[in-house]
Amino acid sequence: MRKSLHPFVLVMGTGVFLFLLAPLVIILGAAFSDTTYLTFPPQGLSLRWFENVLAKQSFIEAFKTSLIVATFGTTFALIVGVPVAYALARYRSGLPSWYGSIFFLPVLVPEIVFGFALLKTVIVALELPVMTALLVGHTILAIPYAVRVVGASLAAFDFSAEEAAKSLGCPPVKSFFVVILPNIASGIVAAFILAFITSLNDVSISLFLTGPGVSTLPIELFTYVEQYFDPSVAAVSVLLMVLTVAVMVIVERSLGLSAVMR
Amino acid sequence: MSAPLMRHQFGRVAPLLLVLPGTLVVVLMLVLPIGDTFSETIGPQGDRLANYVKFFSSQYNWLVLNRTLSVAAMTTLISLSLGFFAAMMISRSRGQLRQVLMIASVFPLLTGAIVRSFAWMVILGRNGMVNQSLLSLGLVDAPVQLLFTQTSMVIGLAYLFTPLAILSLVGVLDAIDDSVLEASSSLGASPLKVFLQVTLPLAIPGLIVGGVLVFTGSLAAFATARLLGGESQMILPTLLHEKAMVSFDWTSASTIAAVMVVMTIAIILVANRIARRFNPAMG
Repeated sequence: MRKSLHPFVLVMGTGVFLFLLAPLVIILGAAFSDTTYLTFPPQGLSLRWFENVLAKQSFIEAFKTSLIVATFGTTFALIVGVPVAYALARYRSGLPSWYGSIFFLPVLVPEIVFGFALLKTVIVALELPVMTALLVGHTILAIPYAVRVVGASLAAFDFSAEEAAKSLGCPPVKSFFVVILPNIASGIVAAFILAFITSLNDVSISLFLTGPGVSTLPIELFTYVEQYFDPSVAAVSVLLMVLTVAVMVIVERSLGLSAVMR
Repeated sequence: MSAPLMRHQFGRVAPLLLVLPGTLVVVLMLVLPIGDTFSETIGPQGDRLANYVKFFSSQYNWLVLNRTLSVAAMTTLISLSLGFFAAMMISRSRGQLRQVLMIASVFPLLTGAIVRSFAWMVILGRNGMVNQSLLSLGLVDAPVQLLFTQTSMVIGLAYLFTPLAILSLVGVLDAIDDSVLEASSSLGASPLKVFLQVTLPLAIPGLIVGGVLVFTGSLAAFATARLLGGESQMILPTLLHEKAMVSFDWTSASTIAAVMVVMTIAIILVANRIARRFNPAMG
């Protein structure tokens, strides 16, 4: 039996959860308001800001770019990251102990510094298109998730099962796909989702890497908020929240959220 | 070559082959661009540190640097305090309630910095909730400037990072054995004393991890600093952006970038050292 909570902690804790959720409720209210300026509680309900947003070509285009960059960046990070996670878990003695930290460098470097560095090298010096630079940036952003989250699910894996398959004549590559992959599938899905959401929300890297005609949704939103202060942004925010809730429900249904958050 | 020998050799190159693509990606796409940026900050022969001398001799840069550090420190203090209460609540809850509280902590983390900063623009703006309440209560005659202040920036950052603090603390609080708490209170310790002498010391590893995440995160939080701090309240990331994209002074921008990376690494090293003191077994 757990010890009960001190009333003071209960009151403060409840306050913290209100602090976390209230701003999201306010955005919800602002998105459905009928006024051209932002106020809460909303005066009159309407869907005009949603119509306004969905009719805005620049937002739609930016959202498409965001989805493409997040999908391909995360996929690419997993393609190079899963073998790394596997090697780090499987061949502990074959690699120096510090080797894994290479893949945490993206966490160590502030995103805005990385974005600026990519602008200078990939776009200005190498003259590669903006889209390439975005994909490079978001791949790097996703790599720590690929290595860490997949690595966590590999840590619990008993490699003697793989040995058994190999000694029964299963070739190494096949035994990876048949024995290991099914066991770490939930880790891979979790890594994909976490990295995908991080990529979809990224401002600091993309900030320097958007050019004529190519922009991601957060950057488009950011530029919009700096110029106009109307409920359109709240409407986009609500749409993004709905997307996030949908993703969370799908994850919860298929894996259990606790499995992802560990 | 006999089959076992081949297998042995494969066993030795296999790990290298597996990590090669990932390593190349990180080195070519992250290490080289960052290294290139840093190399640009090195001055001409005889005056290698010229750009850093220039950066640190500007009074404005010191103001920005101090603001960056104090904003990050305030944010860390607030996020860890708020996070502690929430994490204690989660760690004491079971079943459905625990799950709901976890989702409430994680959900804001999954919505972007723009959305979450925007919410505070609505709350703290000239026609925002706070100002309207103050006006209608007759406490003020004209809207108060709440947005684009250091306070609004700290509020926005604390809002951004409290979920991270909660997640870092739930683990350590869960690990505290109930019998330890029961033992101390049955021996007559007051709840406050139990908290200060048992719970808090046992939570130190979580506080360090959370503290590093929040502090380094606040140092680099561009979007929130820009939207809630504005041009009057520059911190290093907003100053970097201004130098790079408005005044096109890329040498200064690179210098700021290097200062930011050095600060981040220094904080992580210091935190590691503190963590090791509290837990010598840790790597």
